[in-house]
Amino acid sequence: MSSKTLYDKIWDAHLVTQRDDGTALIYIDRHLIHEVTSPQAFEGLRLAGRKPWRADANFATPDHNIPTTAAERRAGIDGILDPISKIQVTTLDDNCKEFGILEMNMDDIRQGIVHVVGPEQGATLPGMTIVCGDSHTSTHGALGALAHGIGTSEVEHVLATQCLMAKKAKNMLVRVDGELPKGVTAKDIVLAIIGKIGTAGGTGYTIEFGGDAIMALSIEGRMTVCNMAIEAGARAGLIAVDQSTIDYIKGRPFAPKGELWDQAVEAWLGLHSDKGASFDKVVELNAAEIEPQVTWGTSPEMVVSVNGSIPDPAQEQDPSRRESILQALKYMGLTGGSAIKDIKLDTIFIGSCTNSRIEDLRAAAKVVEGKKVAETIELAMVVPGSGLVKKQAEEEGLDKIFIDAGLEWREPGCSMCLAMNADQLGDGKHCASTSNRNFEGRQGFGGRTHLVSPAMAAAAAIHGHFVDVREL
Amino acid sequence: MKKFSTEKGVVLPLNRANVDTDFIIPKQFLKSIKRTGFGPNLFDEHRYLDKGEPDSDNSARPLNKEFVMNQPRYAGARVLLARENFGCGSSREHAPWALDDYGFRAILAPSFADIFFNNCFKNGLLPIVLDKEVIDGLFAEVEATEGYQLEIDLDAQLVRKPTGEEVPFEVDQFRKHCLLNGLDDIGLTLEDSAAITAFETTWRTKSPWYFTLSN
Repeated sequence: MSSKTLYDKIWDAHLVTQRDDGTALIYIDRHLIHEVTSPQAFEGLRLAGRKPWRADANFATPDHNIPTTAAERRAGIDGILDPISKIQVTTLDDNCKEFGILEMNMDDIRQGIVHVVGPEQGATLPGMTIVCGDSHTSTHGALGALAHGIGTSEVEHVLATQCLMAKKAKNMLVRVDGELPKGVTAKDIVLAIIGKIGTAGGTGYTIEFGGDAIMALSIEGRMTVCNMAIEAGARAGLIAVDQSTIDYIKGRPFAPKGELWDQAVEAWLGLHSDKGASFDKVVELNAAEIEPQVTWGTSPEMVVSVNGSIPDPAQEQDPSRRESILQALKYMGLTGGSAIKDIKLDTIFIGSCTNSRIEDLRAAAKVVEGKKVAETIELAMVVPGSGLVKKQAEEEGLDKIFIDAGLEWREPGCSMCLAMNADQLGDGKHCASTSNRNFEGRQGFGGRTHLVSPAMAAAAAIHGHFVDVREL
Repeated sequence: MKKFSTEKGVVLPLNRANVDTDFIIPKQFLKSIKRTGFGPNLFDEHRYLDKGEPDSDNSARPLNKEFVMNQPRYAGARVLLARENFGCGSSREHAPWALDDYGFRAILAPSFADIFFNNCFKNGLLPIVLDKEVIDGLFAEVEATEGYQLEIDLDAQLVRKPTGEEVPFEVDQFRKHCLLNGLDDIGLTLEDSAAITAFETTWRTKSPWYFTLSN
């Protein structure tokens, strides 16, 4: 038998049928649902008189529209002040009831960002195919699952048929070897990868992240890396299963138990690329050379080291790239050639499906402990990824550390990552954000986003501008 | 799904690389639970000078005269000419819904982001990949000629220029078949119900741990 990549193995195991032209039906094990991309899909089912193929393959939680202040959340659904947002959340509740789908609704302590909740509950398991109407579904690849975002028509398709119509992507290996310097994190690795291959570098590929620097990451760190595979253009990113994966899953609510657990572990430990498996493209990075990263522009590939400078468009030879730099600098209100550390910040956002897990919050808390947020920072907020992350953080006293330092401690949700709720970045304001996209208007109309790691965001909160977290 | 055969119309040139889905339709409009009505908010943050909300009266909002879409010569455009990596970012199908609702039928670009590309086909919207040099040439021609139109012939896989020059393009044959006939993916897949059931039964026996989600 020929050598297979991890992606080949999961794809082959889920192949239901394949047409001569390569179009395949792939069986989907888990479908995650949130309120924004599902209402039209449920409506489509109703109009066609269809039922979910297998209701227990789905689970839902509202996240994008959910308010994050304690006062709003105490009021439950009535705490959603925007009537349109409220309809969307209510519609999810109603659809889940009607179609018999498990939902962790906004009053459930398990509610949170769908990509945080899935792994946390053990609903994400190695070797699964997982889809969700959200591009950051790639996150779940950290557990050795094949996971990617889909559109609403496909949400309806998966609900109705338990399958996806797809063509196989190409295989890419991104190898990060060597030892990651102290203070440099999973977020910096993935931003450095995107800086190297570009936001379209992974288009048409499934990326497997490997190498000792990747395998040395915790499972939460691996989720941060896979989360941003889509920012490199790849729908899915994944990482081989090892003992850390197994240890992470053991005992989680929906993980198998007893004898089933032992059988599952045996199967899962084979979920890695075979020796000699061939990749269509291989990219290599040396972890020792990666520094804390900061984005300066309006695409995640517009990224440099915290000690670097913003590119000077006059130095760019390619006219199309020069135009992109000029457009980005205009929107960001920045000057080419100036230092990253000189960017003045107004807002700090620690949260999102990229960086809102307990380790992210611990890393941020460690930096701000006993210090105060700079007076020039207008708003600094920490938004845990789920109700259970929040509870854990409070048990560890992290909430007090943040509050004492002058950061707001909020309730779980997507929040200012995409600003569909009330948490919006102001027009012209610069934000150090642990989220995943720095597109124009992403965090709020006219808002200016700089993507960084949680420790870097925390350090920026204290200093009012970017500092190299390794020098603290 | 809407059928696509041959479409002809004015070309709107959007000279910008990496146009993301937030650019195509900002997040506040994603709160709608409908599939239609997104056209007036297509490219909202560039098309208007103020911040739009789902309940705004768009006809009363100040237009950004500098944005190419607002130039009278491009009114009623049906073909969008774009740059590299068009549609990157989120999986929101609201992006093709907005393009379709505005009246676009085809998008020409050197490359597209995967999820967006896929979503277009589900909505009768045809994304066409052409070489960068061809796209560069089209930008020059469109900008030089007022009322420039292109004809997109899916069956023949040709883009026809006003001069009669024909540019061939590639398209996945299964997707072409679905577009030409307006076929519903779900209906097609359900024709394979027996195969799905057979797969599921075997898979459940082999990997029962994937079938344990219950409260």
